[in-house]
Amino acid sequence: MATVTPTRMVLNQMKGRLTTAQRGHKLLKDKRDELMRQFMDVVRRNKELRLKVEAGLTEAFAALSVAGSVMSPEMLEQSLLYPRQSVELGVGFNNVMSVNVPVYDFKTKSADSGDIFPYGFAQTSGELDDAMSAISGVFEDMLELAQVEKTMQLLAQEIEKTRRRVNALEYVMIPEYQANIKYITAKLQENENSTKVRLIKVKEMVLEKAHDFKYAE
Amino acid sequence: MNCMHKIGVMGSRETVIGFKALGLDVFPTSDITEARHTLRRIAKPEENYAIIYVEENLAKELWSDINRYKDAPTPAIILIPGRDGTLGLGQSALQEAVERAVGSNIL
Repeated sequence: MATVTPTRMVLNQMKGRLTTAQRGHKLLKDKRDELMRQFMDVVRRNKELRLKVEAGLTEAFAALSVAGSVMSPEMLEQSLLYPRQSVELGVGFNNVMSVNVPVYDFKTKSADSGDIFPYGFAQTSGELDDAMSAISGVFEDMLELAQVEKTMQLLAQEIEKTRRRVNALEYVMIPEYQANIKYITAKLQENENSTKVRLIKVKEMVLEKAHDFKYAE
Repeated sequence: MNCMHKIGVMGSRETVIGFKALGLDVFPTSDITEARHTLRRIAKPEENYAIIYVEENLAKELWSDINRYKDAPTPAIILIPGRDGTLGLGQSALQEAVERAVGSNIL
C-alpha cells in the first residue's frame, strides 16, 4: 500500500475520491454495457454483409472471367479503362456513445444506372455486361460493409478502453481507497486512545503533586 | 466535416479492373513492396480516401500496415476476396474485433 499520512485532511480527501471513483465506476459500467449491446448488433450485421459481399464478389469475378475468356484481354481492358461513371463519397460522423463512427453517403456523378457500362455494346460481349451489373449490384453492399466494419472496429476499441477503465476502478482504485480509509480511521482512533490515556495519567500525577491525592488502589 | 472523399481499390489487375468501370480509383499491383508504398501513400489524410478496399491475398502481407489504421476514423480499410475466392481473412478480422471488445471469442 502506498504510504498515506494518517490525518483527518487526507481521510476526507480519500473519502471524496472514493465517492467519485464509485460514481465513475457505475457510469463507465453503464457505458460499457450499452456499447456492448450496440456492438453486438453491428457485429451481426457485419457478418451478414460480409457473407453477402463475398458471395456477390465471387460471382462477379466469375462473370468477369467468363467475359475475359470470350473477349481478348486487351479488348476487355480497353472497354473498361475509361469509366463514364464516377463516384463521390460524403463522409459524415455519427456519435454513438461518444464514439465518432463514419456514415457514408454515396453519390454517383450521373444518375443513369446504365452509365456503369463505359463501352459501346457493339464490340463487347454480353458476358461483360452481366459482369458489370453484378459488380455494381454488389457495390452497394460493399459500401455498407465498409461503414459497418469501421463502426465495429471503432466500437471494439472504445469497449476495450472502457472495459480497462472499469476494471482498473473496480479492482485497483476502489479497494485501494477503501484500504486507505480503513487504515487512517484505525490510526486516528489509536491516536485518540493514546491521548486519552496520557491525559488520565497526567491528571493523576498533577493531583498527586498538588495535594497528595491518590486514587484508591 | 462533410467534404467529398474518394474510394480506392487495391488488388491484382484482374480484380480491380471491374471496379474501374464503376468510377473508383484503382491501384493494380501484385507486388508486396509496391502495395505497401501505395497503401501508405493513399492512406494519408490529405489524399482524402475514406474507404480503401484491399484484396485479401495482398492484405495478408500488409497486416501490420492495415492494423495501423484500425483506430483512426478514416480511412476504413476493408478486405475483399480476390479472384480465387475468399481466404477467410475478412471473417477473421471480425473475430478479432469481437475478441478485442469482449476479451474472449464468443462467436
